[in-house]
Amino acid sequence: MNANPDSIQASRAPGVAFILKKSLISALVALVLFSLMIGVRTEAGPQGLLVYETRFGDLAAMVAAVFGGSIVVELLRQWWGPVGIARLMPSQLTSSLSVAGRWVAPVLLIFTFLVPVIFYDQRYILDLGILVLTYVMLGWGLNVVVGLAGLLDLGYVAFYAVGAYSYALLATNFELSFWICLPLAGILSAFWGVLLGFPVLRLRGDYLAIVTLAFGEIIRLVIINWQSLTGGPNGVSGIPRPTLFGIPLDNSDAGLAARLGIEFSPTHRVGFLFYLILALALLTNWVTIRLRRLPIGRAWEALREDEVACRALGINTTTTKLTAFATGAMFGGFAGAFFATRQGFISPESFTFQESALVLAIVVLGGMGSQLGVALAALTMIGGFELFRGLDQFRMLVFGIAMVLLMIWRPRGLIGHRAPTVFLERNQAISSDLVKEGHG
Amino acid sequence: MSDEPILSVNHLTMRFGGIIAVNDLSFNAERRKITALIGPNGAGKTTVFNCITGFYKATSGSMRLTHDDGHTIRLEHLNDFRISKQAKVARTFQNIRLFPGMTALENLMVAQHNALMRASGLTLLGLLGVPSWRTAEKQAIDLARTWLQRIGLLDRADDAAGNLPYGDQRRLEIARAMCTEPALLCLDEPAAGLNARESAALSELLLSIRADQGTSILLIEHDMSVVMEISDRVVVMDYGVKIAEGTPQHVRDDPKVIAAYLGADEEEAIAVMESGT
Repeated sequence: MNANPDSIQASRAPGVAFILKKSLISALVALVLFSLMIGVRTEAGPQGLLVYETRFGDLAAMVAAVFGGSIVVELLRQWWGPVGIARLMPSQLTSSLSVAGRWVAPVLLIFTFLVPVIFYDQRYILDLGILVLTYVMLGWGLNVVVGLAGLLDLGYVAFYAVGAYSYALLATNFELSFWICLPLAGILSAFWGVLLGFPVLRLRGDYLAIVTLAFGEIIRLVIINWQSLTGGPNGVSGIPRPTLFGIPLDNSDAGLAARLGIEFSPTHRVGFLFYLILALALLTNWVTIRLRRLPIGRAWEALREDEVACRALGINTTTTKLTAFATGAMFGGFAGAFFATRQGFISPESFTFQESALVLAIVVLGGMGSQLGVALAALTMIGGFELFRGLDQFRMLVFGIAMVLLMIWRPRGLIGHRAPTVFLERNQAISSDLVKEGHG
Repeated sequence: MSDEPILSVNHLTMRFGGIIAVNDLSFNAERRKITALIGPNGAGKTTVFNCITGFYKATSGSMRLTHDDGHTIRLEHLNDFRISKQAKVARTFQNIRLFPGMTALENLMVAQHNALMRASGLTLLGLLGVPSWRTAEKQAIDLARTWLQRIGLLDRADDAAGNLPYGDQRRLEIARAMCTEPALLCLDEPAAGLNARESAALSELLLSIRADQGTSILLIEHDMSVVMEISDRVVVMDYGVKIAEGTPQHVRDDPKVIAAYLGADEEEAIAVMESGT
């Protein structure tokens, strides 16, 4: 990189023909693609027949744009040199960022605690906050399975659904309170996590992903079809709201507002829900951080690094995998129970594959295994998505581009490095190049 | 202490489809001794290792492990992680299998998994952070620190294992196996890829393990200088059968061994004959 500019220039000189060739190819591909997508527009004619009009002008403009655009991109690439984080961010900025990085988590936490106070009147922000925190919790839960143990789980929503339905059915049929149902929902989800774990113990990588994907669908289809228990597609309604240890948060005489002698406001309940999910998420985080420093957590990470070596060291990989599934599922179950009590109504539509994909995207985007990364990713994915609401139909497009760019610059997620669980002298992060992603 | 050999392999046969990788192999590994398993490439040495350490299920034959207290375990009845957990047989791999994204210290902590799991009350007590768990964790760190010191990697304890030089990784893998506190340590080509100085340090480490821990060692090795220097007994294999057994000197002069190595690789044969002279 430190060769003199002339020689670099010289080595790049024959690039003109190369750039033109590359751009021509891009333009050709664009022509083939867009000739049908843009060049021809079909419409229903007056008699219901299919008629079409040609838009060769638009087509030519698009192809020209692609041609020009790829020249610009190639020139930029030559000018920048290889794309790398060092190129994009000067070292000073990187080091100051790492200093700032230490403060991100505490500042974020304090801010989160203050959200219901600051935005007391803004119901929309509070609801969004609850949604973000729900996904933070789901992300942290899935992080145990995917990030720590390296087991790719595409059916995480199944445990979310089990948790939600456990609470909904227990609460509506047996009138159990939220605080009794919450651990039950977690236990039931963990149980289903173990059930899923058994058949997939010997599967790895893509095969594991397919089976977990199928498991997620099975749970959803069972919920749709077992009408007598779950109400099928109609879902379960009238799910009781959570109480503050027995004191309801409504405007009745026994309600919290009446007891405290203050004026009732629906915001009380929203604020309560906010702190409830915050507490649940922080519990998830605390337990995960503790588990990482315990033998079981280290075994999860060792499993991600090298399963054969684990067996040679006398680690029971079967129970290690099952506990990872069970722990992740339990947190998913807690989140599901919360989801049910917040919505008051649940139906199978809330538990589609898209949810699994979203949570997995949060974990991957955040940097697998990183707690802070997952929280930031959930904030970006859920909050950022809302931010682009004004862009209407372009929302998805902008969001997709943002994701692609982020993955180019930070291929191992927002926080790619790994923090050691124990150290003698120096607590130094481990570069993401060394940390394995797991393969099954 | 038991007088029985620590490991007694009897009529071990391992078949992969039509290929007989190990054919009716019998040998003993003496207690507190270093036994070397040598032979030309493809002789079936690693297959024997994989049978002993439970990675393969032997087609037939028995492998009896006798602990110091006389307690005997039939290895062919155990599989997978139980060989290490219950029979206390630890192994290293021909191609190093450390946890590259974990620090050297963490690698040694993972090796103490089973002891730490018990101490942490299957995670529950550890989650609550009870004092007995904290003590156990400190002891585990101390044991890891001791081993890091012995392999000369104490100053690199907090570096990722994948970042260590090759020779250090080899020694770290041995230390990791030793942290499981094994009765029998199986080393698959521990000197592969090491330079002369590193090989000498390795020999010293293995001799000190035998002397200080009293661990019996079974090793596969191609580096004849290491084999001749540290082995108490050598078993020579070729084409899945044992062709010679005895002291290093005895084996070195055995015409069958020389023939096997000459047939396989001239250089190795010369190495066998010249080493130690």
